[in-house]
Order: sequence, then C-alpha cells, then structure tokens
Amino acid sequence: MIETLNTSVAVLILALAIFTIATRELFAAAVGFIAYGLLLTLVWVQLHGLDVALIEGAVGGGLTGVLVIASAARLRDTPATAAVRLGASARAAAAIVAGVVAAALAACVLALPDPASTLAPQVAANIAATGVGNPITAVLLAFRAIDTLLEVIVLIFALIGVWSLAPDGVWGGRPGPRYEADPNGILAYFARILPPIGIIVGIYIFWVGADHPGGKFQGATFLAAMWLLAARAGLTDAPPISRVWLRIVLVAGPMVFVAIGLAGAVTAGAFLAYPAGYAKPLILAIEWALMPSLALTLALLMAGAPQRPGMP
Amino acid sequence: MSATTIFGLCAAALVGVGLFGLIVDPQPLRKILAFNVIGSGVFVLFGAVARRGAAEGMGGDPVPQALLITGIVVAFSATALAVALLLRLFNVTGSVTLSSDAPHEERLDGGNAWRRRP
Repeated sequence: MIETLNTSVAVLILALAIFTIATRELFAAAVGFIAYGLLLTLVWVQLHGLDVALIEGAVGGGLTGVLVIASAARLRDTPATAAVRLGASARAAAAIVAGVVAAALAACVLALPDPASTLAPQVAANIAATGVGNPITAVLLAFRAIDTLLEVIVLIFALIGVWSLAPDGVWGGRPGPRYEADPNGILAYFARILPPIGIIVGIYIFWVGADHPGGKFQGATFLAAMWLLAARAGLTDAPPISRVWLRIVLVAGPMVFVAIGLAGAVTAGAFLAYPAGYAKPLILAIEWALMPSLALTLALLMAGAPQRPGMP
Repeated sequence: MSATTIFGLCAAALVGVGLFGLIVDPQPLRKILAFNVIGSGVFVLFGAVARRGAAEGMGGDPVPQALLITGIVVAFSATALAVALLLRLFNVTGSVTLSSDAPHEERLDGGNAWRRRP
C-alpha cells in the first residue's frame, strides 16, 4: 500500500519536473515548479525528514516559487523569439549527456552499501551534552555549527549581491516596486487575516525547534512570508536599505553567533565550542539572535534590488 | 522496493531532467528553474542516503538532514541573486537573452536612470 503511494508520488514529481522543463509557456513552467516544490514535501515526510519537509515547503516551494512566478510575470511580455533555439543534433547530444548522468546516479543508488554508514549513533551519544532534544538542532548549532555560521553569512553576501544591482541613482532606496491592490479585494483581505495567524505559527515553529521538528530557518521563513503578503497587498512598504536600524538587525544575529564562537575559543578551547553546562543557554541565545536577522534577510532577498529613491 | 530506492531513482531521473533543461532551454529564467530541479534532485538523493542511516530511534541520519536544511536555504539565496541579476539585465537591455550577438536596444545611461515600469 505504502509502496504504491511512494511510487505514485515519485511518478507525479517526475511528471511535474518534465512539465516544468518542457512546457512552452514561461508562466506555466513557474506554476509547475511551485506544485513540484510542494509535492517534494511529501517525499521528505516519507524519508522521515520532517525538519527538511518544513524547510522545503517554506523555502523550496514557497519563497522560491513566489520569486520565480513574480519574475515570470514581469518578463511575460519579452519576446521569447530573441532566444536562439538549439538544433536537433545539439538537443540529442544534451539528452544523451543528461541520460548518462541520470543512469550513473541510478546505478549509484542501487549500489549503496548495506548496512548504510551513519553518524546517528555518535549524535545519540553526544546529544545530552547539548541539552536540546531535536537531533537536527543539535547538529545545526553544536556539532556542525560552523556550517550554520557560514550559511547565515552566505545569506548576507547574497543580499549584498542583490543590493549591488541597484541603479546608481537609487542606491540606498526602497527595494522593488510599490505594490498596490484593491483595498477591498481578496488579496488585501487575506493580508489582513493571515499575518496574525502566520506570525504565531512562525514563532511557534521557532520555539519548538529545540526539541521537535522546526527551528529558526522555518520560523523566519514564515515571518518573511507574512511580511511579503502584506507588502504585495499594498498594506506596507519595504524600508529604504540605507536605514541604520535595518543594517543593525541584519548583522546582529551573525555577530552574536561569531561573538559566542570566539568566546568559546577562550572558555572552552575551540572556536564555536560551548563550555560544559552552558550549551543549551548559548544555543538558545544564538537562535534568538539569528531569528530576526534571518527573517529580515529572507524578506529583503525576496524584495530584490532597490528601485525607488528612499526619500519621496 | 523500499522508499529509499524509489525516491533515490526518482532523484537520479530529476537530475537528468533538470540537466537536459539547463543545457537546452535558451531562456535564462527557465535555466534557473532547471537548475533548481537539478538541485532538488541532489537534495532528494542525499535525503534517501540520510534515511538509510536511520538508527538509535532516529528516522534518518541527522547530520545529512541538517546539511540539507543548510543546502536548501543556500540554494534559495543563489536563486534570489540569479533572479535579481536577470531582472537587472532586463531593465538595462530591455530583453532577456544570454546570446551575445542578439539585437537589443542599448540604453544610453546604462540603465542607471530611475524609471517606473508600466
């Protein structure tokens, strides 16, 4: 029974991926990609990765989907004919390359070692020292904290990259266009009703992350999505990126993370090590500091490069 | 067939489909989509490997699962940067093509003037 379900989900996902690639209409491809991203969350649930399912639904399907569909809408009127299509022989060669890569990967999947290598016993043996109950949170903020630190810094770098695409005249201005919607329309209605619920859900997902599936990335995505909804409905506007408070909130989380890491070098003998007995409070401090920074970074990544002067 | 094998094979096929789209499709936004399909295929493959490492009452090996969360967020930031580059290209040249010899209107100010798009 469950095997039938798995097979049909796999076939459906594959069909959606092919549709996304093959359809002629750009907008249809964007819609297909969103459905694809949401179906992937089912795969993650079946692979027993609930934390990954949450982030896939929120970021992979949600934020990426909105980003792609918004830009597809803006590029809709561009002449697609300007693009040069590849000839039949080149397409056949590309199909052969793609087929060989897929076949090699499939062979690797069938040849995976049995029993599989795993780090789960080491995590189980050491999780008590961190004080958190969710093994993934323990990996993210204790065992592999350096990855998480570099990740939040990569997000800031990506944001700097997006901002640097601003035309000279509007540097420091407000990102994206000013959205307007019918104040009595369904979008504005949702933008008034959903955020109070969404903000509570986001903070809850963040709060339970220490011991259950969830965490700061998933929670921050929820908060960013709620702001995005209000902005698209014209109820609020993006702040000018030259604001001092905005810059401070952006870097506060990573700075606290680095400061705690450096303090660990003094008190516990290694960068990002926690002194015995203080692991849980320090992990919570990092999570609390990262949450607003991440929410703002994700929201501003969605908003795009500055397009309007900051001062009207 | 176990879930890990089914989704592992599905992931291998997704990488192939995405790679084909990335090479063949001339439109930049379609290339970004195809690249994301490749990325999610790699993630699912890694997720199947993580599931096989289930032990000690955990549903999967938590180390690859945590790396997956990191990977998905980083993939999003790369997509956001790529889309921003694409929109900037559109604002400067008025068209979106990666072909270097395609005709396009060159704006004298290099796209620096602020203008409201209709």
